[in-house]
Amino acid sequence: MLTLTCPVCGVDACETELAAGGEAHLKRFGPGSTDDQFEEYLFLRPNAKGVHFERWRHAMGCGKWFLAARDTATLEVFGTYSAQTTAPPADIVNAIRAKRPDWSPET
Amino acid sequence: MSTRLPDHGRLIDRSRQVKFTFNGKWMRGHPGDTLASALLANGQTLVGRSFKYHRPRGIVASGGEEPNALVNLGRGARHEPNQRATTTELYERLEATSQNHWPTLEFDVGAVNAMVARFLPAGFYYKTFIHPRAFWKHVFEPIIRKSAGLGAAPDPETMDADRYEHFYAHVDLVVAGGGVAGLLAALEAGRAGKRVLLVEQNAHWGGRAPVDGDLIDGAPAEIWVKNAVEELEKMENVTFRTRTMLAGVYDHGYVTAYERVADHTPGEDAPRHRLWRIRTAQVISATGAIERPLSFPGNDKPGVMLASAVRDYIVNYGVAPGDTVVIVTNNDDGYRTALAAHRAGLKVACVVDPRAEADGDLPHEVRSLGIRVMAGSAISKVKGLKKVVSVRVQAHRGYDGGHEEIPCDAVAMSGGWSPVVHLWSHCGGKLTWDEDQACFRPDHDRPPTDQNGAGFVTCVGAADGALNGDVTMAATATAMAGLLGSDVSAPRVDVAREAPLAPIWVMPEAAGAKKRAKMWLDFQNDVKVSDVTLAAQEGYESVEHTKRYTTLGMATDQGKLSNINGLAVLAEALDKGIPQVGTTTFRPPYTPISMGAIAGEARGEVFQPLRRTPIHDWHEEQGAYMEPVGGWRRPYCFPRDGESHEDAVNREIDATRRSLGLLDASTLGKILVKGPDAGRFMDMLYTNMMSNLKPGKCRYGLMCSENGFLMDDGVVVRLDEDTFLAHTTSGGADHVHTHMEDWLQCEWWDWKVHTVNVTEQWAQIAVVGPNARKVLEKLGPDFDLSAEALPFMAMAEGKIGGFDTRVFRISFSGELSYEIAVPASQGRAFWDALHEAGAEWNATAYGTEALHVMRAEKGFIMIGDETDGTIIPQDLGLNWAISKKKDDFLGKRGQERVHMTDPDRWKLVGLETLDGSVLPDGSYCIASGKNANGQANVQGRVTSTYYSPTLSRGIAMGLVQNGPDRMGEVVAFNKVDGSTVEAKIVSPVFYDPDGEKQNV
Repeated sequence: MLTLTCPVCGVDACETELAAGGEAHLKRFGPGSTDDQFEEYLFLRPNAKGVHFERWRHAMGCGKWFLAARDTATLEVFGTYSAQTTAPPADIVNAIRAKRPDWSPET
Repeated sequence: MSTRLPDHGRLIDRSRQVKFTFNGKWMRGHPGDTLASALLANGQTLVGRSFKYHRPRGIVASGGEEPNALVNLGRGARHEPNQRATTTELYERLEATSQNHWPTLEFDVGAVNAMVARFLPAGFYYKTFIHPRAFWKHVFEPIIRKSAGLGAAPDPETMDADRYEHFYAHVDLVVAGGGVAGLLAALEAGRAGKRVLLVEQNAHWGGRAPVDGDLIDGAPAEIWVKNAVEELEKMENVTFRTRTMLAGVYDHGYVTAYERVADHTPGEDAPRHRLWRIRTAQVISATGAIERPLSFPGNDKPGVMLASAVRDYIVNYGVAPGDTVVIVTNNDDGYRTALAAHRAGLKVACVVDPRAEADGDLPHEVRSLGIRVMAGSAISKVKGLKKVVSVRVQAHRGYDGGHEEIPCDAVAMSGGWSPVVHLWSHCGGKLTWDEDQACFRPDHDRPPTDQNGAGFVTCVGAADGALNGDVTMAATATAMAGLLGSDVSAPRVDVAREAPLAPIWVMPEAAGAKKRAKMWLDFQNDVKVSDVTLAAQEGYESVEHTKRYTTLGMATDQGKLSNINGLAVLAEALDKGIPQVGTTTFRPPYTPISMGAIAGEARGEVFQPLRRTPIHDWHEEQGAYMEPVGGWRRPYCFPRDGESHEDAVNREIDATRRSLGLLDASTLGKILVKGPDAGRFMDMLYTNMMSNLKPGKCRYGLMCSENGFLMDDGVVVRLDEDTFLAHTTSGGADHVHTHMEDWLQCEWWDWKVHTVNVTEQWAQIAVVGPNARKVLEKLGPDFDLSAEALPFMAMAEGKIGGFDTRVFRISFSGELSYEIAVPASQGRAFWDALHEAGAEWNATAYGTEALHVMRAEKGFIMIGDETDGTIIPQDLGLNWAISKKKDDFLGKRGQERVHMTDPDRWKLVGLETLDGSVLPDGSYCIASGKNANGQANVQGRVTSTYYSPTLSRGIAMGLVQNGPDRMGEVVAFNKVDGSTVEAKIVSPVFYDPDGEKQNV
């Protein structure tokens, strides 16, 4: 039962209050995209063991979506941040690097 | 035989007696007894039968690790199977019966399995029940089902008579285990001002130290324990509970504990069990250790027990497991049992020790009492059928033919101790193999980690591998000092020093196949040394696979006794080290917890809150037959006196089509979408064009997932330039609203739109039928309801009969229809007013089934009937509702994929049986030929099927391959009895295809 801090309302929310929404920072491909692009967008996920960016909704709280950077193996949370962004913000990237020096955003 | 001793028994109250029954026979015990100690006190050493061979089984342990003494407890609504006698506190009139035998415990026909044991080796099921194929269903499966399972399942019709509840706690520190290590940890944390919850699974504090006679600060451990509890009682920041087991440790410090509040006082007005749901920063696991059995031939016979359990029964309960005891141990601790038995006046025939030398303090003390110590020896046979009669002792190593028969009626075995590392492991803590003590213990470098990446479980005392009494307290103090950042001084413990154990798992060393087939590892599941060896021979190298192949450790005790011994045997067979073989995964709960505790209060009426429409009470007053829909109860139909549901539905349809029907449509989802970009947003959500909808107009819309599949449908109303009202299906409002918010918040967050789910703000009533307009006009609208002023698919707002209404001229029945929304608070009054005014037109309330039949007569689809998550709108002939002008909408790209545009997809048609009968629901349309599995090929299926009272015949909708191109063709649908029924492919619109009825 994870605890994540909702960056919108500030509550330390237990997993029972939250709804998971899969991988974050997906780029949407609509009409005009190739089959490969659409397949990747809709279905292909790296399912990382380690650093992972995820979508969560504070479903039983303020109702807002937010994003979380987390280690799927150790359950360490590097930070949560606004869903209104296309890439992890610098403070989150720095927080990950401080704990995982070998990690780079591209991998 | 086992009996009550004249003295000893620190936990029992000899001044009082407790009567109970075992298999119908009255017995007596004392308050403080467990069922197990009371059974032994009454000479009942045979308590059950094993799972596979139905071998006689006696009590082995004294705690939660007990694999054998499982009983049915109670009767009727309080019957519960598989209860461990060792953890069941005795109470007045307790009723217990033994399990897994027929006809009686003493004489069990199933024991014949044991005679054919060599034909029932590891993996027997996998090897045997394959051929002949036809035997499975009629021979093998019925036999396996009959013999499977242990206790009798409770009667499914009986409601549990007890109540259960959940408790929530938020603390700094949870201490699991109320032995001396746990008490010390709780004391130190309490003194440091932490909020502490201390739980102990037993009914008493102190763990093993008082039993083993440890001296703490120069006094008996019992004194120190008493003082510790008294100090804890005074601390306001410390909460503690006995009879409470820490069941599981989960992510980020979520912990569950299982409190057996009233198991020992059944029928009292208290919740029986309580599940604690705890958030804690730290977990201190002071869970101690569990003694391991030894594997020698006949080690499963009643009378063979763990050495520590023998000690417990003598010291705690004043019960002797036998008159003459043989002790067999590979370590010094087992000698404590010799001392305890001797002090209690039992005869200790000898101590059998496979170690070449036994020269520690404890063996020395035992010898000094004149007790025979046989070093370098092993038990090679246990004689006796249902109880031990004697043991045969020979050299452990280098058997020269010499052996000795030693009469005894109890054998106390000790294979060393395994730290209880379960709580460390539940959330991912790793273990390391301790070569000296031959056990797995927590690897401090690899703890389970919390949200900060820091370890949050600390094992202290024996659970951390500090097994000897003299180091347990000191190690606990050191660990707590590290955790609390303060000085912690350990009490001084005086206890005999122990010499190292010998990692001996199987005895005698050179035992052959025949003897190994009589050495039990898992007593409950009948897994023997020979089974694990066989699995290794057959190529099972992974411990997880071996576990499942042999069922080792899969019994209700989850390998608490068998785990390490089984691993050791596997490691030996594979010629690997135990750490290389590794251990199976420890999963919560630590011991089984009741389903009642998990459910807590969530049963009956409070299982799920019921959603009620403003008109709900009226439906109940009318005796409506209700069905669950999206958290609501909706009337399926309103049967009148003596009327069947079918007749009621037909009457409701008839009344509606002929004159006037009223439907409570309040459950319909209503979502407000508002803002300058609302039109643009609606265009993305719906397949249709919504941005060009004129204010005051309605449009039926389809909503697809990004995958292209039809997700929801409903009428969209444009209230004004900036505002849309999206109607969703009854069950779909929450889901659709979530879907909208997802796209708004995560993809198009710069669009100026907001959404509000207003479903429960409005009551909505459909006024349907040729007289619909008349009843509204009679009530007195302050606006024009005529066909010209308010045509089909238009909306208007105003007062009708004094009610604030919003009127939508939409129809799901094909009749002249007004769906009228009023504020929820006015819903019931408006409903009553409509009935009163409509009486002259026989206003008839109709339910969901009439709604379904009428929509099917009109060929309208229903989400969940015509769709199942794999259907695109094009399959349903809804191309007219898919905009070709829009560049993009959710699902557009998905629908362009090759499989979605395949001309051979199954498509919606109407179906008319040639004989007028109603097609079976879900029936398949048969095609020629058979598939690879010998099943008939299919070319379609029925999605909705009803009897139409309007047409006096069965009508159906279905998806058929190329269906729309095959109008008039007759196809066959299968029936449950194997026959088929012929149906003609027709248009799905059976009634009023030109819409003349609704457009008046």
